[in-house]
Amino acid sequence: MVYLTRKAEFSASHYYHNPKLSPEENQRVFGKCNNPHGHGHNYTLEVTVAGDVDARSGFVMDLKQLKDIMNREVIDVLDHRHLNKEIAEFRDKIPTTENLAISIWNRLAGKLNGTRLHRVRLYETDDLFVDVYGEK
Amino acid sequence: MKAHLTRRYKFSASHRLHSPALSDEQNRATYGKCNNPYGHGHNYKVEVTVSGEPDPETGMICNLADLDSFAERELMPRFAFSNLNKLDSFRNQVPTTENLSRELFHLFRDHCRLAKVEKIRIEETMMNSFEYAGGRELRAE
Repeated sequence: MVYLTRKAEFSASHYYHNPKLSPEENQRVFGKCNNPHGHGHNYTLEVTVAGDVDARSGFVMDLKQLKDIMNREVIDVLDHRHLNKEIAEFRDKIPTTENLAISIWNRLAGKLNGTRLHRVRLYETDDLFVDVYGEK
Repeated sequence: MKAHLTRRYKFSASHRLHSPALSDEQNRATYGKCNNPYGHGHNYKVEVTVSGEPDPETGMICNLADLDSFAERELMPRFAFSNLNKLDSFRNQVPTTENLSRELFHLFRDHCRLAKVEKIRIEETMMNSFEYAGGRELRAE
């Protein structure tokens, strides 16, 4: 079993707000992230796939294919978007790094030409990242 | 779906690696430059990993501001700009980064009730790092 990781970057804006909470509670729970005008991040995405090395190609997965799939399923969808306003699932779900990493997992799982998705790691900043491994 | 959130904190501290169980010669042979009696310092980078299902109300495993407050209250005042050898934690053990990893794991796991603490990872320099998950194997995740 060999693990292969491909990195990509995208930029997006978001804010954290739960309409079920009062303005004061939203401010208390989400702090600066509650600013209704939003703020943005340069996200770094690391996608790790796992598999046996193909005897003919020497690949776990063709990197070009992985890059194309990541671009199509994730980067083209999220890059330079306002997550709350433009990504349907975040109309009623808060676009935290946790939920965004899970969303990216769901966008990629089962679409990697038969190669197993092992991990999605999403950096919101250098000092904060989330790992998702799917349902155990 | 379960997610693992990792937050990184940075602090600088000094230490000297010296074991009272060893002779001076053995200490020099074991620890080399790190045995310098005047000590030396590092810029430590500490990664705390917590896990759980994001709360449907907040989308969070744990509130980052609360985790940062815990670190500001419990981690930084004790460790930042300290001499590790002088801390209670290292009265009876050498302040290697192995031992520091265990100390910080227990600090977070035993006192930070915000989420399940999975692991501590510490970069002592950009060339070496240490991980401790309470003694369990790191899963091949």
